[in-house]
Amino acid sequence: MQSVQFEAPKTVDEAVALLAGAKGNARVLAGGTDLLVQLRAHIIDPSLIVDIKKIDETRSFKKNRDGSYTIGAAYAGAEATERDDITKDWPGVVEGWDLIGSTQIQGRASLGGNLCNASPAADSVPAMVAAGMTANIAGPKGRRTIPVEDIAVGPGKTSLAKGEFVVSFNLPARPKGGGDAYLRLIPRTEMDIAVVGCGVALVLDANGTVTSAKVSLGAVAPTVLVVKDAAKAIIGTKLDDAAMAKLDAACQAAAKPISDKRGTVEYRTKIAGVLARRAAKIAADRARSQ
Amino acid sequence: MAKHHVSVTLNGEPTEFLCSTRQTLLDVLRDELNLTGSKEGCASGDCGACSVTVDGRLVCSCLVLGAECEGKSIETIEGMADGEKLHPLQQTFLEEAALQCGICTPGVLVAAKSLLERNNNPTETEVRYWLAGNLCRCTGYDKIIRAVMKTAAEMRGGA
Repeated sequence: MQSVQFEAPKTVDEAVALLAGAKGNARVLAGGTDLLVQLRAHIIDPSLIVDIKKIDETRSFKKNRDGSYTIGAAYAGAEATERDDITKDWPGVVEGWDLIGSTQIQGRASLGGNLCNASPAADSVPAMVAAGMTANIAGPKGRRTIPVEDIAVGPGKTSLAKGEFVVSFNLPARPKGGGDAYLRLIPRTEMDIAVVGCGVALVLDANGTVTSAKVSLGAVAPTVLVVKDAAKAIIGTKLDDAAMAKLDAACQAAAKPISDKRGTVEYRTKIAGVLARRAAKIAADRARSQ
Repeated sequence: MAKHHVSVTLNGEPTEFLCSTRQTLLDVLRDELNLTGSKEGCASGDCGACSVTVDGRLVCSCLVLGAECEGKSIETIEGMADGEKLHPLQQTFLEEAALQCGICTPGVLVAAKSLLERNNNPTETEVRYWLAGNLCRCTGYDKIIRAVMKTAAEMRGGA
């Protein structure tokens, strides 16, 4: 166990310089609800911890004039759930965020942390992916923006290069006729890790036909999945029984889960289809009631 | 490595402390500032016995580094009573026997106070969900929930 340097820079450039210049293992601290547990359990032994919360951009939340949102990577779930704008526009995104842990955890847990911790079961990620969110990354070579689904590459592993960190997220404006939902299955009502999670975002035209859709599954593969065949199954339909059956089958086909104490391969695979159907129905109901 | 010099407002009083990077806010409160009301149950954010508020936000102090707290306002169980006068939640918990061994009680009280500051008329379901991160092995929760509901009613009546 080495001694740990702690820095709380006020600018993105300073944070990048610290992370890029670190000898050994550097870690970014946002809400800390995973980082501190891993530190305590000696799962990680960093030489440097960079607290990014003194950087205004990581803690800001902005609804832009075009209806889109810019959300700081360290903005906490409890802060988001208290807002009327995003809870109305993107209830599914907030549902995923809001499911992470207890009131106390929600007071700190952030989208950036949940994403970059890279757990396949991260509750906020499927809804972020379905909503088409992108991550603004800063690094030694400057800034780049990539889809949220391109960050995690395996359990605990991200595509971020040395010196890079997620500063903020872009959430598109809710489209006309748009609705989203996130559902997860756990054996109780609160405070557990997803057996399966599913995020669905879709757009309905005036006739109730699905014109676009994105479906994402969590906890059934090494990373959160984008299930293109599931979206194809419902685009052009009115979510009739046949379309729902195809959606279910596409999600079951995409699921490549493991068996563990939370559920078997067979159970997780079946549930992936069930949750997708239910989430699609909720998303469509929300789209209609917009 | 040099320790971090951190200035905070603790229960309304300007306070300074020194800590190493690995020390959590809970470690600082208990070991450096001798405020042992906040308890360490799990040290992983599951049990809520270390609940405090930081800038008005309910958190587990075991999941906050002391070094992050520069400039923050921290409220702990020690700041709950007004001198000898107990907070209504504390008084009701005693009257309703909403505790047995007492280890979880400071965290439960801090969390319940935070709830009532946001919502002075919570439903039983809202109280149960808000306190889902405060584990109690003794009471079975019913007495805790009843005490919080009763206090909320009394505080509304008295306002």
